[in-house]
Parts: sequence; structure tokens; C-alpha cells
Amino acid sequence: MNQELLTPLLILSAFLFFTGVYGFVTRRNMISMLMSAELMLNSANINFVAFNKFLYPGKLDGMFFTLFIITIAAAEAALAIAIIIHVYRQTKSIDVKDADQLI
Amino acid sequence: MESQSVLFYLISGLTAFSALLAVTASQLFRSAIYLLFSLIGIAAIYFMLDQDFIAAVQIIVYVGGIVVLIIFSIFLTQDSGVEMRKSEWWRIAASGMAALSGFLLTALGLVEYNFVTQSDNLVTGGVKELGRALLSLNAGGYVLPFEMVGLLLLAAMIGCIVIAVKLKELPEGKENIQ
Repeated sequence: MNQELLTPLLILSAFLFFTGVYGFVTRRNMISMLMSAELMLNSANINFVAFNKFLYPGKLDGMFFTLFIITIAAAEAALAIAIIIHVYRQTKSIDVKDADQLI
Repeated sequence: MESQSVLFYLISGLTAFSALLAVTASQLFRSAIYLLFSLIGIAAIYFMLDQDFIAAVQIIVYVGGIVVLIIFSIFLTQDSGVEMRKSEWWRIAASGMAALSGFLLTALGLVEYNFVTQSDNLVTGGVKELGRALLSLNAGGYVLPFEMVGLLLLAAMIGCIVIAVKLKELPEGKENIQ
């Protein structure tokens, strides 16, 4: 890919990050908030790959950060969904306002 | 403009648009489908950057794993056609303004900054190099994080089972051991 496309790539990643921030703050549904968090993690991944590819082409560290972030995001999503299902069984709702007790 | 730039702008526009729809759609199921398209667009961008392995991992883990998990949990927890409760208007306005100003500030900084790009492609990031470095014990090897991530995944799996398991209803007079 062309060298001049680094800045547009980083701008795309910033857009995805702030879209995730907007969704995380405005949504009140736990599953939507989880989806917004996934968007933010993906924007960080794009940054890691872009910087590694264009600024430090002799190294592989950015790729490994991306791979480990993807792995940890999978574990985090699975745990979050387990917690959401447990909360839904107790309160019959996945709204964050209804999850106000440690049960 | 070259054809590759045109393709890049097309893919990134689609990715950004579907990400925006994913956080604003009024139905949860549609939101998950828009997130799916956004993640596929990001995988396409990895393909354009010649990172085949990361693109494949992105498609397998995100598109095939996490989005399917999210859709299952939507089906388990609520009716997929129901519209979600809207937030208050002041919350939407304030967070929209905060996100927009943050994005504009970041974009301005990125446009102003001069990145010194390197063009010599010493390491292409192919599967062979990635695999050798992942299991290498020498400096620059990643065998310790690899093992730690394996442990973390095991712990997360056990934690998920413990949290989400449905306890059996015991007859009266018997305590649940947990």
C-alpha cells in the first residue's frame, strides 16, 4: 500500500475510536456497550499494524500486539456475555440502570 | 489517483459508515449486523496492508467468533425486534459533541504531524516469520506472552462456565454448595 495513505488510515482509526466512545456513553444496553468497546479495540489494532508497517518495517512487535489484543478481546467478550446472561437471569433486563446490585 | 487509493477510500468509507450505524441503530440486532460489516471492512484493510495472517485472525476471531457470540446473547436475552430505550437528549448531545471535538482534535494533529515513513520492506509479516518469532526463546521472541495468553484463555473459559452455569433447583432444606 502507498506511503501517503498512512495519515488517512490513522484518521479512520481515530474515527472508529470516537464512534466507539460515543456509543459507549449514549447506549444504555449492556450488549451495545460491549460492541462499542470492540470498536475501540479494533481502532487500536489498526494503529498498531499501520505504525509497524510504515514506520518500523523491520520489526514485528506491532503485529504481535495486534494478535494478543485480538485474543484478549475474545476472552473479554466471552466473559462479558457470561456476566450479561447472569444479570439477565436475575433482573430480566440488560439495561445498565437495572443492574445496581451485587448478586 | 491510483486504483489502490480509490479502493482504500471506498473500504474505509464503508467501514466508518457501518461503524456509525452500529452505534446509532435503534434495534440491537441491526446494530450487531452493522458491527459485522465494520469488522469485515477492517479485515479488508489488513489485507490491503499485506498482513494476510492478521486479516485471517480478524475474520476468524471477530467475525466468526465474537459477533456470533453477541448475536446469540441478543437472542438469549431479549426479543431482537424490540426497539431499545432511547437515551436522554442532553446525554446524546453532550457525548456527540465530546466525540466530535475529540475526533477533530486528533485528526488535526495527525494531518499536521509529519510521519517519516520507511519504505524498505525487510520483514513482510508473513506467517513464517510470525510463527518463528512467536515461539522463539531469543531476544525479540514472544514465547512468554504466548504462554500467558494461553493461561488467560483457560482462566476466562473456566470463569465463563462458573458465571453462566444455571444452578439446579434443589429441594427444600438443602443448601446450594458454591
